Amino acid sequence: MATNNNGKNGRGGNGGPLKVVGKPFRKVDARSKCTGQTKFADDITLPRMLYCKILRSTEPHAIIKSIDTSKALALPGVSAIITGKDLPITYGILPVSQDEHPLCVDRVRFIGDPVAAVAAVDEDTAFDAMNLIEVEYERLQTITNIEEAVMVNEPRIHEYGDGGNVHKKVSLEFGDLDEGFAEADLVREDILFFEGNTHLPMEQHAAVAHFDADRKLTLWSATQTPHYVHRALAKTLELPASHIRVIATPNGGGFGGKSDPFNHEIVVSKLSMMTNRPVKVTLTREEVFYCHRGRHPVLMKIKTGVKRDGAITAMDFQSFLDGGAYGSYGVASTFYTGALQTVTYNVPRYKFRGLRAFTNKPPCGPKRGHGTPQPRFALEVQLDKIAEQLKLDPAEIRRKHLVPPFSVTANYLRVGSMGLGPCIDKVVTGSDWKNKFSGWDRANRKLPEGKGIGIACSSYICGAGLPIYWNSMPHSGVQLRLDRQGGVCVQCGSTDIGQGSDSILAYIVAEVLGIDPFDIRVITADTDLTPVDLGSYSSRVTLMTGNAALQAAERARELLTVAVAEKLSVPIENLSFAERRVFDVENPDTGVTFAEAVVLAESKFGTIGTVGSYTPPRSPGKYKGAGVGPSPAYSYSAAVAEVDVDAATGIVTVERVYIGHDIGKSINPALVMGQVEGSVYMGLGEALMEEMTYRANRNVVHKFPSLLEYKSPTTLEMCDVVTYLIEDADPNGPFGAKEVGQGPLLPIMPAVANAVYDAVGVRIDEVPITPEKVLTALRDKAKGREGRYGPKSVPDVEWPQPLKVQTPAEGGDGREMPRVAVHS
Amino acid sequence: MSGKQKAHIELTLNGEATEVAFAPHKTLLEVLREDLGLMGTKHGCELGECGTCAVLVDGRSVLSCLMLGLDAEGREVETIEGMATAEGLHPLQETFADLGAAQCGYCTPGFLLVSKELLKTNPEPSREEIKEALSGNLCRCTGYLKIYEAVELAAARMRGEEAEAVKETIYGYE
Repeated sequence: MATNNNGKNGRGGNGGPLKVVGKPFRKVDARSKCTGQTKFADDITLPRMLYCKILRSTEPHAIIKSIDTSKALALPGVSAIITGKDLPITYGILPVSQDEHPLCVDRVRFIGDPVAAVAAVDEDTAFDAMNLIEVEYERLQTITNIEEAVMVNEPRIHEYGDGGNVHKKVSLEFGDLDEGFAEADLVREDILFFEGNTHLPMEQHAAVAHFDADRKLTLWSATQTPHYVHRALAKTLELPASHIRVIATPNGGGFGGKSDPFNHEIVVSKLSMMTNRPVKVTLTREEVFYCHRGRHPVLMKIKTGVKRDGAITAMDFQSFLDGGAYGSYGVASTFYTGALQTVTYNVPRYKFRGLRAFTNKPPCGPKRGHGTPQPRFALEVQLDKIAEQLKLDPAEIRRKHLVPPFSVTANYLRVGSMGLGPCIDKVVTGSDWKNKFSGWDRANRKLPEGKGIGIACSSYICGAGLPIYWNSMPHSGVQLRLDRQGGVCVQCGSTDIGQGSDSILAYIVAEVLGIDPFDIRVITADTDLTPVDLGSYSSRVTLMTGNAALQAAERARELLTVAVAEKLSVPIENLSFAERRVFDVENPDTGVTFAEAVVLAESKFGTIGTVGSYTPPRSPGKYKGAGVGPSPAYSYSAAVAEVDVDAATGIVTVERVYIGHDIGKSINPALVMGQVEGSVYMGLGEALMEEMTYRANRNVVHKFPSLLEYKSPTTLEMCDVVTYLIEDADPNGPFGAKEVGQGPLLPIMPAVANAVYDAVGVRIDEVPITPEKVLTALRDKAKGREGRYGPKSVPDVEWPQPLKVQTPAEGGDGREMPRVAVHS
Repeated sequence: MSGKQKAHIELTLNGEATEVAFAPHKTLLEVLREDLGLMGTKHGCELGECGTCAVLVDGRSVLSCLMLGLDAEGREVETIEGMATAEGLHPLQETFADLGAAQCGYCTPGFLLVSKELLKTNPEPSREEIKEALSGNLCRCTGYLKIYEAVELAAARMRGEEAEAVKETIYGYE
């Protein structure tokens, strides 16, 4: 792709100061959102629209013996009913996990699995009809957790995978681990558990399908990934993709929960094709819990060798993921639990083994931080324990061993700009760490007993380096249209899920063309109108759409520059774009309005439209499994949490979080702050209360599929947040920008856990840190024991021979070493 | 809804005399969205757990998913659609938009109406009073902080003060 010199050197049009980028403009759609005018998926109604209800399995694992829809079909007002046999083709987000049916064909795998669907004149009729459908099940043994999945080979939840109920096993080894551990002064092993939790977007998923008289299908849906939905619809409905249009409506919160193609999207499309009428489905809150795709429960064993000064010599990490009933993004999630341990502190030798199990629960997938908050929790808590054993300051042990910027890690991730050092410095100074942290001396505490302070750091990708299905096309495309009235329209496949991605497009185009961002019309997430962008996941949107927008805008500016230079007879390099004008920098009165510039360009070149696209750089890793982890850039965060622990009740109150985030460059600081604060909030929920749990002894039924009982922080639990933004421009980001939507969530859980230890001297090696766990640990400690709550063992599994890769330091080339037979 | 007689009520909706007919079991939320076409009122649970569907009835915030439409007979109902006037946005709408208190915007109508109710009774609320007033509304995007700041800024402006956003909330701390 063409270079974006203009953006990269952080200057505005023709090298002048930035006019839009870096400024706290309101979002381009902010007022619509504050007046109730934004149209979400459920706000769409079409003439003669039918309403769909989906019958879901009441059994966690069973064979479908029969489905009788006759009574339901006889109900007046019912237009159509479909079951699994009407949609026999499987789908799934990953090419390697095409394991979902839009409606179950012969087997249900969790309570909530879709079995049949009704279209009727209104929701009440659809609901009544749904309840008239009779399904006969033959129960199968359930697989409820990781341990069971590893032990019980039959029945298998799926007929594919790495044997029995193991979906995926991976084993990777970078460098000579034995040598690394031999060099260490201290080797620690810890076992930790991260409970699953869910996205809980305020908007329930909804979709409207319309198969029109010209046999074209349009689907409006609350999805973060319209492009992948488009592909899944073409596959399952056996329609040409060119006859399908997917429009992602503004998402009322996503957080990863709307990134899979969903059965309800396919179901309403099929029902519309059968009835020739528009069909809408809106999930109930309970159904949203069954859609899930949230945080995997992960059991982890981490073994780390360190020198006396805390320098890591080797790390051996094992993770066991409870995947739920389907593949979803799970293979990627599994790799992600092993990918980013190496990008914060120098880890010269690294081994990762991961296992994902199928269980009879709603499928897990990507939630904010996708597969990386769990290992980050393990690593950062262990580092705290290591610091205590070595009598080192936990802030300093981190600060001292940072991965150098512009380096390649042991597992071949190319790190660019790296602002973690300044992030740590800011939160240490801001929190007055030195006067609050007691240096592991419980007898001479600086804070009163019950008050604690803890630190943790993290890093996250700025976009996945590889697309979900293999191809060599751009990951993001932008089309720009300039009309003779001076109008500018930017079109991109990206989906605004509240993070402000529509606004980012407008800001960047406005910066380059010297106009106001509110002059620009933004059209996004419409597969008929907008070039493909892969979707709002992996924190890829600002970096990738931003670069594509920058390229499209620069190309448009070039056309306008040539036309205006000719008209005004001034040299091209003299022209500047600002204040809705194109003018001679040496003689600013000589110029034309932006609208006149477009007329000149259209007169000279014809209709003015340009495109831009972005493809991430190639990763240096070439081994099998190297596809997960590479990114054009990595963001960094450091957090200090201050907590109050009530030893009588076990209640942990997080009073304040100090957080430093390396954003590269803020395209809009107000939006960046909003993402940091929102991430801290969500991390706080995961740290203290949020959990997706099931009654194992009662049919694997979800304990609390409701907003009331699934605890999430209200205003009364939310802590104060003191945010520091570190701007260390990354050469791969538009204007140097990196991500902020996910990274700042990651350090919160370990920072809180470490602060709890500081406060009351007990280790809660498991999130959420509930009062019950704190009390159990305090009682344990009172009896003179360890004072720890957490898992004690991991399943004994047979791992495959690791795929061995020499590290860059060992002279490796990024490829795996030839396998040799090992006799031991 | 075959065979069921529709109910008919009169109410004042966003300041205008309004008549509406609907199936009598419908909630106010359903009547507003489905029978009056006002889609600005959102739903998060329809069980009274999230505050998303809050509207003002006779000036008091009510969860429209828990109130029968029939009970709106003769009442004054205000929804998000009625918050802005011909003169422009309500100061709360202005500050919510400018400070980024609306991210995805789905919970925003509920927050705005409950905030409006708060400022009517308490023009100078403390941070703790704002938290208390908004504790029945869930937001998953913002962590609530930008919402507090927007309420505080709007309150100051409604008191006639020339207030601006606090710099640290927009750029972070130095």
